[in-house]
Amino acid sequence: MGVKLLLDKAHIPGIRQYDVYRREGGYAAVEKAFKMSQVDVVEEVKKSGLRGRGGAGFPTGMKWSFLAKPEGVPRYLVCNADESEPGTFKDRYLMEFIPHILIEGLIVSSYALGSNRTYIYIRGEYAWIVDILEQAINEANANGWLGKNILGTGFDCQIYVQRGAGAYICGEETALLESLEGKRGNPRIKPPFPAVKGLWDCPTVVNNVETLAAIVPIINNGGDAYSKIGIGKSTGTKLISACGNINKPGVYEIDMTISVEEFIYSDEYCGGIPNGKKLKACIPGGSSVPILPANLLLKTAKGETRMMTYESLSDGGFATGSMMGSGGFIVLDEDQCVVRNTYTLARFYRHESCGQCSPCREGTGWMEKILHNIEHGKGKMSDIDLLWDIQRKIEGNTICPLGDAAAWPVAAAIRHFRDEFEWHVKNPQESQIRNFGLAHYADERPAVTPV
Amino acid sequence: MSDCFKSLRLELGFMTFTEEKLVEVKRLVSAYPDGKQKSALIPVLHLAQQEFGGWLSAETMDYVASLLQLDPIEVYEVATFYSMYNLKPVGRYLFEVCQTGPCMLRGSDDIIKYIGDKLGIKPGETTADGLFSLKTVECLGACGYAPMMQLGKHYREHLTKEKVDAIVDECRKNASSNN
Ligand SMILES: Cc1cc2nc3c(=O)[nH]c(=O)nc-3n(C[C@H](O)[C@H](O)[C@H](O)COP(=O)(O)O)c2cc1C
Ligand code: SF4
Ligand code: FES
Repeated sequence: MGVKLLLDKAHIPGIRQYDVYRREGGYAAVEKAFKMSQVDVVEEVKKSGLRGRGGAGFPTGMKWSFLAKPEGVPRYLVCNADESEPGTFKDRYLMEFIPHILIEGLIVSSYALGSNRTYIYIRGEYAWIVDILEQAINEANANGWLGKNILGTGFDCQIYVQRGAGAYICGEETALLESLEGKRGNPRIKPPFPAVKGLWDCPTVVNNVETLAAIVPIINNGGDAYSKIGIGKSTGTKLISACGNINKPGVYEIDMTISVEEFIYSDEYCGGIPNGKKLKACIPGGSSVPILPANLLLKTAKGETRMMTYESLSDGGFATGSMMGSGGFIVLDEDQCVVRNTYTLARFYRHESCGQCSPCREGTGWMEKILHNIEHGKGKMSDIDLLWDIQRKIEGNTICPLGDAAAWPVAAAIRHFRDEFEWHVKNPQESQIRNFGLAHYADERPAVTPV
Repeated sequence: MSDCFKSLRLELGFMTFTEEKLVEVKRLVSAYPDGKQKSALIPVLHLAQQEFGGWLSAETMDYVASLLQLDPIEVYEVATFYSMYNLKPVGRYLFEVCQTGPCMLRGSDDIIKYIGDKLGIKPGETTADGLFSLKTVECLGACGYAPMMQLGKHYREHLTKEKVDAIVDECRKNASSNN
């Protein structure tokens, strides 16, 4: 069993309620942090090596130290609970079952950053979780952990929950801030970065739910202890939401020392592929990251065992690697169609593009149309090159990274599964009744010759 | 307030929140610093949609604008951006079924087709009796519990044909018991 820091108490009955959470040692991190200076709390977080769990993996302590502190201007901490990246449902689990760990992490973080008003921006569809969070906030208030002059420290803090209304783009931090200001979720041009000009033009830190929850064990056990868990720069534990064709879909907390193979096949985690089928491919970090065929997933191009760490998952760059991303782990078995999967993702990004930049707005639309054609037996060989061309023209040419997020899955699918796309084009009728199958992608298995 | 009262108020054009809901609006606005009441727009639109028949008419949006002291255009801009706001009437029970990759891997296509066939409607349509609407949506953060749909405030997960049958029955029963 690996180390668990966030979900270690998830199984305790009633842990959602304040009394139980407190009895199990909850809010000790707040007590401890309040005895430290704000700078020292930031230092602990730096020492921990914690990297943002929202997708980009940016070091949290460093981000906190960039926060501008002009005199007389309020600063804000905003918790990103938009969680809309396909394959990702870990923040939901944390908020639904252990809401107080987020509230506790938010109080400590608000103290460290000097935020007197802290917001949780949660995706609109998680409507029932708003009630759970508000209940937890009320309990924290009633027990003196929030409000004015908390525990006599002179620090005031209140936490508010704001619901979104259905828009993936509002997970991007500047779009989120626009939405929090009551506007359309159009990402802002950076710089200025939120650390200088964020919510209502004030200095702002935006962090993911899991990042902020991880502050609790970091303060409780110390940054050094946290940094000793894991391998290299992948310190601490990570929540992975696993879905697709596995026996046990769900949310798992891993310490970053296990291999991808163990994660997929061991009973402690995904429990293998159902019905004795073979692994075909996997998108290891949420829909935006490159899809990998089984052979490159389990071993790197150099033949090393691929580990569930930031570094190992990205080993080989985009040519032969992928990314940890948000931890949305999507598994495809031998019966799945990569073209169809790529098409549904392209449709997603077209739907979610905010429309501000033409490469993203037009490009996502074109990619969806072309993939629709190929998937439905109406594709041409030249379409595959056209797709490649479009994704290249989007990448790096947009205001926000949604453009890249839309381009990468298409690029990786063509890079690794080109023969499957070609088979669809050459076999327009057959591809409507059966899938391409496993071909050469599988690990340790003879190739199945496609017809 | 009973549903029948509510629809009467709607027909007579009383597009106003009840006292109780106005208190809720005040609470929502109080989450933001003075002068930043525009921030409450998204939550207040949710409340309005829930109160005024499950969708946002131009009158509803204008009313929300006046409540929050905004220009109507500021409200239209927002209402048209976010996918959870319905800009035309929907059935009393809105089935929002996820169709994105991870759900597709677990058979969402079949479930969407099954619901459509069962209710005799296509995604985007409402049954003639106004009871059911079907809408396909993008990933709702329940990929591990696929296939799934949102129905009102809650998710229905691990959908099977049998489960869909039971949900439809449950809705019909509820509709006939509080008509
Ligand atoms: C299109 C897009 C969607 C995003 N969605 C989310 C999200 O749902 N949740 C999240 O925490 N971060 C999301 N991010 C990343 C945020 O912009 C931001 O980097 C993150 O909230 C920072 O928190 P962290 O440093 O704790 O990871 C998204 C980024 C992009 C470009
Ligand atoms: S890249 Fe796409 S989502 Fe991002 S700002 Fe441009 S159009 Fe909007
Ligand atoms: S793909 Fe359907 S809930 Fe995520």
